[in-house]
Amino acid sequence: MNKRLQLRLATSKVFEYFIMLLAFLITIPLFAIIYYVLKTGLSKLSWHFITNIPKPVGEIGGGIANALAGSLLIVLVAAVIAVPIGILCGVYLSENRNSKLAYWSRLAVDVMQGTPSIVIGIVIYFWIVKPSGSFSAISGSIALAIMMLPIVIRSTEETLKLLPSSLKEAGLALGLPYHKVILRVIIPCGISGILSGVMLAVARIAGETAPLLFTAFGNPYLTTNVLKPMQSLPLLIFNYATSPYDEWHDLAWGASLILLIWVLLLNITTKLITRKWKVQF
Amino acid sequence: MNLIGLKIKNFLLAGLSFMAISLVACNGGDNNTPGQMANNASSDDNTLLGAGSTFVYPLFSKLFSEYNKVTGLRVNYQSIGSGGGILQLTNKTVDFGDSDAPLNEEQTQKIGAPVLHIPMCSGAVVLSYNLSSVTDTLKLTPDIIANIFLGKIKSWNDPQIAAANKGVTLPNTKIVVAHRSDGSGTTNIFTTYLSKVNAEWNTKPGAGSSINWPVGLGGKGNEGVAGLIKQTPGAIGYIELAYAAQNKMAFAKIQNKAGNFITPSVTTTSAAGNIQLPADAKVSLTNTDAADGYPISGFTWALIYKEQGYNNRSQDRSNKLVKLLWWNIHEGQKYCEGLNYAPLSPSAVAVAESILKSATYKGKPAM
Amino acid sequence: MDVVKKVFSYRKIRTETAFKRFLVFTAIAMMVIAIAIFLTLVIHSIPSFQSLGTRYFFGTTWDPVSNVYGALPFLLGTLITSFLALLISIPFSYAIAIYLGEYQTKGWLSELLKNIVELVAAVPSVIYGFWALVVLVPMVRSLEVKVGAAPYGVGILTASLVLAIMIIPYAASLGRELIRLVPSDLKEGAYSLGATRFEVLRHVILPQTKSGLFAGLLLSLGRALGETMAVTMVIGNTSILPDSIFSPANTMASVIANEFTEADRTLYLSALIELGLVLFIVTVVINIIGKLIIKRFSNE
Repeated sequence: MNKRLQLRLATSKVFEYFIMLLAFLITIPLFAIIYYVLKTGLSKLSWHFITNIPKPVGEIGGGIANALAGSLLIVLVAAVIAVPIGILCGVYLSENRNSKLAYWSRLAVDVMQGTPSIVIGIVIYFWIVKPSGSFSAISGSIALAIMMLPIVIRSTEETLKLLPSSLKEAGLALGLPYHKVILRVIIPCGISGILSGVMLAVARIAGETAPLLFTAFGNPYLTTNVLKPMQSLPLLIFNYATSPYDEWHDLAWGASLILLIWVLLLNITTKLITRKWKVQF
Repeated sequence: MNLIGLKIKNFLLAGLSFMAISLVACNGGDNNTPGQMANNASSDDNTLLGAGSTFVYPLFSKLFSEYNKVTGLRVNYQSIGSGGGILQLTNKTVDFGDSDAPLNEEQTQKIGAPVLHIPMCSGAVVLSYNLSSVTDTLKLTPDIIANIFLGKIKSWNDPQIAAANKGVTLPNTKIVVAHRSDGSGTTNIFTTYLSKVNAEWNTKPGAGSSINWPVGLGGKGNEGVAGLIKQTPGAIGYIELAYAAQNKMAFAKIQNKAGNFITPSVTTTSAAGNIQLPADAKVSLTNTDAADGYPISGFTWALIYKEQGYNNRSQDRSNKLVKLLWWNIHEGQKYCEGLNYAPLSPSAVAVAESILKSATYKGKPAM
Repeated sequence: MDVVKKVFSYRKIRTETAFKRFLVFTAIAMMVIAIAIFLTLVIHSIPSFQSLGTRYFFGTTWDPVSNVYGALPFLLGTLITSFLALLISIPFSYAIAIYLGEYQTKGWLSELLKNIVELVAAVPSVIYGFWALVVLVPMVRSLEVKVGAAPYGVGILTASLVLAIMIIPYAASLGRELIRLVPSDLKEGAYSLGATRFEVLRHVILPQTKSGLFAGLLLSLGRALGETMAVTMVIGNTSILPDSIFSPANTMASVIANEFTEADRTLYLSALIELGLVLFIVTVVINIIGKLIIKRFSNE
């Protein structure tokens, strides 16, 4: 081998290792965060922590039951609003790939996807909070639903595009009405893809804070009334993290751990679903 | 065929009905007594929503937690800053606001209806700092404070600070100024004070709830500023006494009008607040004449509409609100000192009572 | 019998039409929402357009007391943090894209890395902010002490660092897909000519995927511009024009988060909403351009 060839091969090898090194550096911040949240949050986790509401400022003890229940409820209502609409819109987009309406609708979905979450918060404040005269959990849910929609729509559309048209044609040829073909054949066939989209969307909004600042607002008490202000995990973390109280920092770390587990579990489950029931044709 | 039709409808309606069910079913969730449930089918449950001052938040969170034990009423108070409290009251999204600065002319005009200012307590705004090497309590004069917040004094071992603190070894640390990022009555008290004592401050940044700071970092709420000070070596900022005391943060003695260096405390705040309140209770306590009074203190006012019968509010709701505030200025006062707030003097309570009594529901007295 | 049949088919058609109409309705609803978001922002920004005009974009003072609103510090703060974050993230996101797209397309190691990247994207931004506040801020502060800058700890650099971590997955996963799309006959051709792996990357794959990788950057940038919570927690929240990467600053999103619930003057509120409008337009345009490039790229 001549010198030049050696040099070229060496460059190639060095570059490969360099790329590998850079690529795996991303694990450092992730593990640093997980480690830190675990270290500080794990000692907080207890039955008391998840079943009690916060104590008055500066007093020791208390938990995050209000935020935990609030987050679950706000996200659940958001999902109830966004999932049916999102799936049906996804069906429309995949069924009418070349229509003008689908083109504009798709663009609108892109616009919604690009909208910063804080802007959605502002808009919902003017749409719902101000006219109704009250901050409310439902306004937060609607804000989060708007953030969910693009993800659900896109994943539905992409999944259904993969299904062969013979499936639909066979259904129609058997005399099934169109809606039955969609609801009983097409959607069930693509359910794993749709479901993973839904779960990713839920994971995404579960950690969202910005749209809740001006909508769900926060509440020191445990409440299930969606027409009233409600606390949520991300809001609690934001408020407590920037405060000077060590007690609150601890609560915030505990809440972070729960939120992190929730979000990561959703992501991992999604992975398992897609691996097990992959849409294959 | 009928079945299919039903199924479609079911599917389409599933989302909506589930939503409706959750809306309706959850509505009663907060009601503890069955009687209430019958009375309040709408959104009127046993809660009140307040927002505003972070200055008074440590006290309010204690008061409302106690009040909840006594009466079962849940008061949700969000400390979003005085400016936020006033705005949300203007938008009628809260039952009451709380501010450490009375409504200014523009705010009064915008809100459009008479608003009652009910004094709750008074508190001291302290200058808290983070200097681990200094164990003595620093003494600050009005000019030093103004110059620090104007960005003219940049380092802790500045001759001006050294002159006021003879015998204290000051580190050569850069000063990090911490201020509020949100609209704040605490800022109003502090900047009103600076405008009174420093001519340059009076012309340039001026006094207000959210001003254009010449220097420094912004934190959200008293909590955020206290957090910044606690985390940043060399930081100085203004926060309510309760935050500094609860977090064991150092705070300075301030030279008052009489020339004495005063440590902020309940006693010195009370000394500054020991004046006859005007009938509307809107008064500034800064730069007090009292020889033993702490110069940077102020009242915090709960804000409610004088006419409570707006936006279809039920009389029950207005009753609960007035009763809550009445409790605050009477039974609630005993919690003030423990949290380093100065309770209202008997004469101030009398003024507060008469203001609260002037509240009406559909023209009739609300009390 | 005929009558019965008629009724049935009539019903069948009716449900079918209702269903189809509902599908159309959802598609239209998306357009309505998107347009309504835009219009809401525009309508509420009108007072600010009228009384501030273009001064709004060039004014350097944001002073609610004297009712002066110049958004330049926030525009600059947003641009600097986002671009700095992008700059920091590029080597890492491209390395991941190249590694997963070319060097190690299969196997447990690449699966692991892929999952890690996805988890990085999944961590909520408020947790990034909290972590940055407790871990990154002291690190940046000690760096600032070393270089002699004011030891704030919070500021543009800290915000950019945490943003960089957050946006890496976006460019990385897109880049990976695009690198995989490069036709293998091109690569094989180059290999058969005796090119080394590095040379194939440098002279075949990179030119092929250039526009796609750029689109990935755009999407990351869009994400960075709109990010609120993590940035708000560590940027320092000051309206002063930043003069170094250590300065505290404010981004458009962080100003809105801090001041929206309390803007008590019409003009103040309107000025804040105009910030929201600018942010909305910029991120949406960036996003759409990015998607168009990807679309054209994958169609080729």
